[in-house]
Amino acid sequence: MTTRETEHAEPNYWMVWVALLILTIVELGAAKSPMPRVAVVVSLCALALVKAALVAAYFMHLKFEKYALILVVASPLLLSAILYIGLVPDAITHLHWLPH
Amino acid sequence: MAHATTMNEVERYEAPLTPGWGKLMMWIFLCSDAMSFAGLLAAYAAVRMGNPDWPIPASKLDVPLTAFNTFVLICSSVTMVKALSAIRHGNRKGLAGWLLGTITGGAIFLGIQAFEWTHLVVHEGLSIQSSLFGATFFILTGFHGSHVLSGVIYLSCIAIKGVRGGYTNDNNSPVEIAGLYWHFVDLIWILVFTFVYLI
Repeated sequence: MTTRETEHAEPNYWMVWVALLILTIVELGAAKSPMPRVAVVVSLCALALVKAALVAAYFMHLKFEKYALILVVASPLLLSAILYIGLVPDAITHLHWLPH
Repeated sequence: MAHATTMNEVERYEAPLTPGWGKLMMWIFLCSDAMSFAGLLAAYAAVRMGNPDWPIPASKLDVPLTAFNTFVLICSSVTMVKALSAIRHGNRKGLAGWLLGTITGGAIFLGIQAFEWTHLVVHEGLSIQSSLFGATFFILTGFHGSHVLSGVIYLSCIAIKGVRGGYTNDNNSPVEIAGLYWHFVDLIWILVFTFVYLI
């Protein structure tokens, strides 16, 4: 089975690696920052999602896949999102319990 | 002849979806695995929010050491894409070398995790039975660690076949599929590290 069907210009993997490294350092800084706890949690979640998206898009080549395959992959993510949205009311109620 | 015509028809219809069944099957497996991790992380969030006395993770866990482990896993993802790139250019030695780097990265990750677990169990008295914190920590990191161990074994098999000349620039789909699995393991760790160690 050839994989040539999905040929595309090779991304600059080292740039992605640098971006992931910088985002990880920013995460470590954000975790200890004096910002309000809600802002820290939201920032850390956003940074983690950006890092995960970079891995999926460039290392897993999802950015270069056919649209139908991207939809196949996105469908369980939508279900996961619903799962987490279901936790939001609890999160809002209990966020003040998170460590400062 | 009739069979060939039928196969061409099948390929024509499957072409819009995927370049290969093997790759599609791996994606479907990863989607189902992602749902498993999503369930575990959601359960972790629910349990944690329901316990006001939840310890500060940084007070129990070695965050700098685990940040280094995250760095190792990210590096192993780069070596994995370089391995695929090498064989796509017909470079078998490059494939073997970069795969060895990836396997080494996975082994280092597992070694550091084993060290961390040993420290927590022996010195901190933390176990899967000691508290909800311990239970969620060991289940989440253990489930992920079992994926890393499986990945190391999987990539070792791919590397052995690669060294024996099993892959060429036109026949490298198994390397790409194994790479998908490895990057998924990296992706999941990025989330676990943030939710369990940093938040």
